[in-house]
Amino acid sequence: MKVMAQMSMVMNLDKCIGCHTCSVTCKQAWTNRTGVEYVWFNNVETRPGIGYPRGYEDQEEWQGGWERTRRGRLKLKAGGRFSKLSKIFSNPKLPEISDYYEPWTYEYDMLLNAPAGDHTPVARPKSLITGDDMNISWSANWDDNLGGSTATAVDDPILQHMSEHVAMEFEQTFMFYLPRICEHCLNPSCVASCPSGAMYKRVEDGIVLVDQDRCRGWRMCVTGCPYKKVYFNHKTGKAEKCTLCYPRIEVGLPTVCSETCVGRLRYLGLVLYDADRVAAAASVEDEHELLESQRSVFLDPYDPEVVRAARAEGIPEDWIDAAQRSPIWKLIQEYKVALPLHPEYRTMPMVWYIPPLSPVVDVVADSGADGEDARNLFAAIDKLRIPVEYLAGLFTAGDVAPVQATLRRLAAMRSYMRDLNLGDEPNEAIARSVGMTGTEVEDMYRLLAIAKYEQRYVIPTAHVEQAEALEELACSLDFEGGPGMGGAGPFGSSSGPAVPVAVETFHALQKRQTADRPSTPGRVNLLNWDGLGDPPEGLFPPRSSDAENPASSDSEPRP
Amino acid sequence: MTPLDVLLWVAFPYAAAAVFIVGHVWRYRYDKFGWTTRSSQVYENRLLRIGSPAFHLGILFVLVGHLVGLLVPAEWLEAIGISHEMYHIGATVLGTAAAVLTIVGLTILIYRRRMTGPVFLATTRMDKTMYVFLGATIAFGTAATVLYQVFGAGYEYRGTVGPWTRSLIVFQPQPELMTTVPLAFQLHVITATALFALWPFTRLVHVFSAPVGYFFRPYIVYRSRDEGRASQPARRGWEPMAPPEHRQRSRARR
Repeated sequence: MKVMAQMSMVMNLDKCIGCHTCSVTCKQAWTNRTGVEYVWFNNVETRPGIGYPRGYEDQEEWQGGWERTRRGRLKLKAGGRFSKLSKIFSNPKLPEISDYYEPWTYEYDMLLNAPAGDHTPVARPKSLITGDDMNISWSANWDDNLGGSTATAVDDPILQHMSEHVAMEFEQTFMFYLPRICEHCLNPSCVASCPSGAMYKRVEDGIVLVDQDRCRGWRMCVTGCPYKKVYFNHKTGKAEKCTLCYPRIEVGLPTVCSETCVGRLRYLGLVLYDADRVAAAASVEDEHELLESQRSVFLDPYDPEVVRAARAEGIPEDWIDAAQRSPIWKLIQEYKVALPLHPEYRTMPMVWYIPPLSPVVDVVADSGADGEDARNLFAAIDKLRIPVEYLAGLFTAGDVAPVQATLRRLAAMRSYMRDLNLGDEPNEAIARSVGMTGTEVEDMYRLLAIAKYEQRYVIPTAHVEQAEALEELACSLDFEGGPGMGGAGPFGSSSGPAVPVAVETFHALQKRQTADRPSTPGRVNLLNWDGLGDPPEGLFPPRSSDAENPASSDSEPRP
Repeated sequence: MTPLDVLLWVAFPYAAAAVFIVGHVWRYRYDKFGWTTRSSQVYENRLLRIGSPAFHLGILFVLVGHLVGLLVPAEWLEAIGISHEMYHIGATVLGTAAAVLTIVGLTILIYRRRMTGPVFLATTRMDKTMYVFLGATIAFGTAATVLYQVFGAGYEYRGTVGPWTRSLIVFQPQPELMTTVPLAFQLHVITATALFALWPFTRLVHVFSAPVGYFFRPYIVYRSRDEGRASQPARRGWEPMAPPEHRQRSRARR
């Protein structure tokens, strides 16, 4: 037994309102740079829908993840080592930018600086790739809220794999939102695909990262990842991916997407697992068994045997404690309400989802029946084949039973808590019918519905004292090649050693304060004006008297 | 032998070799982040799918041909039964085939680079300079082969250019060997030498990143966070610190 700790996430899909706050804050934090304009480390998809990049779940097309050979071993679906290197000059399965979407901006300048004319000026969309005018025809969430789905949803790989009746019954629409980040898999196929060995899984917390100094831009990881969550920065020529906000996680803070989630639907915590059993668990023959085999890899943090083995591996005491308090362990293993996304890719993903009960509740409530009555809900879960089959296509490789079991528990909780909230006697039979006790149901309710901050995020801090790295915060101006340098390295803007953030900020500030033109056309920078002396140029339009007689301006009081 | 000959056939090659070696070391130390293939496949795939493999495979054949032709003395080949005629025919046929593959590939790639908007926008000045020297080297080399080997009587470079190359490698330069070489070959050598001097400052550095290690490592790479930090330069005045139990562990590991 080799105990390892994995920082993992669970998302409660019933609470997702599809507001994209996680996507936007993530983008602001990580990918608002040239070269990654089209990249969303976190994106929110409306399902059914074709996702981002388009149809990424169709592995017959994209060849991501692992597949099981007839001899029971795992091999990369896109081909092993020889096959990879034979395709290195041109990767046949690399998505082009158009498979994501062509990023654009608007010609905002035109709104303010257009010459006087008969027509209102218009901010035209401009491609961020070519700089030309463009017609916007797709984006990272083009089919948001099923917009245009009548035309595009037929291409949803999950729908295509469901039995034929679905297309016809599609009028009985249902939808839910699926926020996605990197899965930080236990058996990451992107890492296995990297020819340079630049991608790695961190021993301490299992976060999968790209070493930017070692990446040589062979692009095999993009193909290898079945979730298409490794992206190619077309400016620097290197791979980039979700980092699980490791600088925040290391100091005990939740990721940006979790912290800013308005629905409070994300949970972060540790899972202990047996690294020796991962490969065997990922290569079980029946795809439907992958869920159970992945669960069997996780180790009970309360088991004294496991705790001893964890200590022997050098896992610190507070990490073991955090693993015991982990909401992830509870949701996956104790309440068994969380399911992995696409276990059939055999990468052992570590971002799990609590499937949404809302499509079921909606149907029951719409039919006029009581949408909080356990029996109505149970019957609907058994009868409503389309949403349940769809969820099974996402979370259990098509096996309906675990999805139904999970939904029943959620329905039971809903029903049980309704009695409590109305001041009635709680009905233990409801809890028993899903194999739980009333206390367990209430605990689960507190974790899922009340969802206190400190219960959602149980993040132990990193265990190497990093005082020397914090020196950067002091903004030392004598940094080697520091503030005197600025600008680009000798081989374009992406070259040269990494510039400390403090130095970068210093330059940005200096540039903004000394620039001839305001950085945003039409805006005036008031940051460097203390209210005394001449106001910044452009704050007020020139006086007509100034234009005629510049000398007179001195005698008049200034605002 | 004129001073120009010494300049061209002794000083220039050695200077280029020095720049080549020192430049790579410097670039690797200074600019690991810029060390990449700078692939433009995400912009355009249709032309690249044909052009890139054609060019790369072609140039690899060309490389092998040059290694054999320049570094292996003719007597050695004769000793293992490859006569002068056999070598000549083999080198000309295979060399011409490789040249065609390379030129077709390079033409497609250059056309793509110029005509595909995003790819052209992503082209740096260094790229353009590199293309000039790479294109010139390949053009002169092909011209020399076609003029002298295919249509001419055949020029025995293994008596001049080959020994001259080896004389440079063993630091016993014999520039006089190069004075009688036909102009097309001379130009090919000069542009190639210049290309080597440019090499470390262009995207060509990716040649030295050929991922051979991929065959020998396990699929899943694990790395400790400490390793990542070890690669950062140590800052003045700070001793790396570790909690007591960690120190014990790392000592036990040693």
